[in-house]
Amino acid sequence: MEQFTQQVASGLASGAIYACVALALVMIYVSTDHINFAQGEMAMFSTYISWQLMSWGLSFWIAFIAAVAFSFVLGVIIERAILRPLHNAPVLSIVVVFIGLLAICNSVAGAIWSYLIKEFPTPFPKSSFGIAGVIGPHQLGVVMVTLIVLGLLFVFFRYTPLGLAMRAAAQNPQMARLVGVRVDWMLALGWGLAASVGAVAGIMVAHIVYLDPNMMGGILLYAFASALVGGISNPGGAVVGGFIVGVLENMVAFAGNQIEKATGVYIIGNGEKLTVALIIVITVLTVKPAGLFGRVVVKRV
Amino acid sequence: MAALLEVKGLKAFYGQTQSLYDVGFEIPDGGITTLLGANGAGKTTTLRAICNMVRTEGTIRFAGKDIAGQPTEEVVRLRIAHVPEGRGTFTTLTVDENLRIAAYTRRDRAAVHADLDRVFGYFPRLKERLQQQAGTLSGGEQQMLAIARALMLKPRLMLLDEPSFGLAPLIVVEIFRILRRINEDEKVSILLVEQNAALALDLATHAYVLETGRVVMSGPSSVVKDDENVRKSYLGY
Repeated sequence: MEQFTQQVASGLASGAIYACVALALVMIYVSTDHINFAQGEMAMFSTYISWQLMSWGLSFWIAFIAAVAFSFVLGVIIERAILRPLHNAPVLSIVVVFIGLLAICNSVAGAIWSYLIKEFPTPFPKSSFGIAGVIGPHQLGVVMVTLIVLGLLFVFFRYTPLGLAMRAAAQNPQMARLVGVRVDWMLALGWGLAASVGAVAGIMVAHIVYLDPNMMGGILLYAFASALVGGISNPGGAVVGGFIVGVLENMVAFAGNQIEKATGVYIIGNGEKLTVALIIVITVLTVKPAGLFGRVVVKRV
Repeated sequence: MAALLEVKGLKAFYGQTQSLYDVGFEIPDGGITTLLGANGAGKTTTLRAICNMVRTEGTIRFAGKDIAGQPTEEVVRLRIAHVPEGRGTFTTLTVDENLRIAAYTRRDRAAVHADLDRVFGYFPRLKERLQQQAGTLSGGEQQMLAIARALMLKPRLMLLDEPSFGLAPLIVVEIFRILRRINEDEKVSILLVEQNAALALDLATHAYVLETGRVVMSGPSSVVKDDENVRKSYLGY
């Protein structure tokens, strides 16, 4: 039983990470109809920035905030400098740009910080965090930080005029211009926010998966699965999808281990976790393309 | 009366296709002007050209200031409210959010609040549906929301594209009555594009007739209404 709760807890922790990255994907998707394949690598780059700041002697949280702020600026710059000129480009060109961005982030990080795997600290002390036998200190911390970030984003989009303007710009850019919203800047702002949320995920997960330029590869896949499960155009759904996928992958591995223990036959285990994510992606796309919470938009004409 | 909007030698292009050749007209401050014409004459394009939503050449002066070539969102900030064809609302946002986003460019919070109450005076039905998603409103309600949204900008000039489109005759009459009140009470000048020429000529003080991207006739509504060609082509008797 204890093992079970621990598996759920660690599933929630990784789910929190997936939720953040999935949310970043959805934020860009709803305003541009594109999936940013470089989202994970951008987050990895931000994580290296925070590592660099820490190795220069800054405390964890100062480095965290600085790296998140840096990511915001970087996101805005990428949108303004690289994607703006491709405003009317065909989808494939943009996909190629995203993949190029992914490769650039990856190799620049490798060139600056090398491909050697690095340890990454946790800011959550054993003494005051975590509940023995239920959830580890870092896991609890990750869940709390992501919930705070998600809460802040919710308040921003729901209750501030700027958040409303960003939603309006995403829903109907031309109408948004007609009420005076500077749509171009809203897009750039969206990129900045997405990059920041990704950075939070990267910095939080680095303690678990260790820091290296390829650390976000698998996570991006999980995040994509999460976004699809929740409904690719539904931010709330993406968050819930993240937690579902996180817990689900652990449950599958847990069940596989139990079966192996009882019968001695190995069917599925930790090694197949990524496969589970891919199966989720394919199943959702074939069975329920709108996702669990993706509503088919109601429109009267 | 000085002209609030002055358009001269306006040309407009969609890609390579030219759809306006030489459009010129004036809107007196506080008046209601209508653009008439058959499908494809360039009425909608003219409205879009004023807000720079299409590539244009020519002069567009608003309150004495040249606004041609300014980005749409800057034109809007001069308090020109455009209600586009097919109901300009944000369908996935609530009625309340639609009205709040409309006042996005305004900094006078207290006045915005007062305006909201005035808008509900014109459209009491919207108040009952504040938390409803705009896309689920009826056609008439969506058109009302679009006009209410335009009012929240506190406009000096309102551009209306086919406000009667697809609506039941009774609703149309109601909307046109409200437009007249808006013009009289709020001193909002109106440029109206309308298929229903009889209705438009009743409301407007001035009319311009467009044909294939050119102004072919203009004058006070009463004169245009009595013109034989207009009567045959647009009024149908």
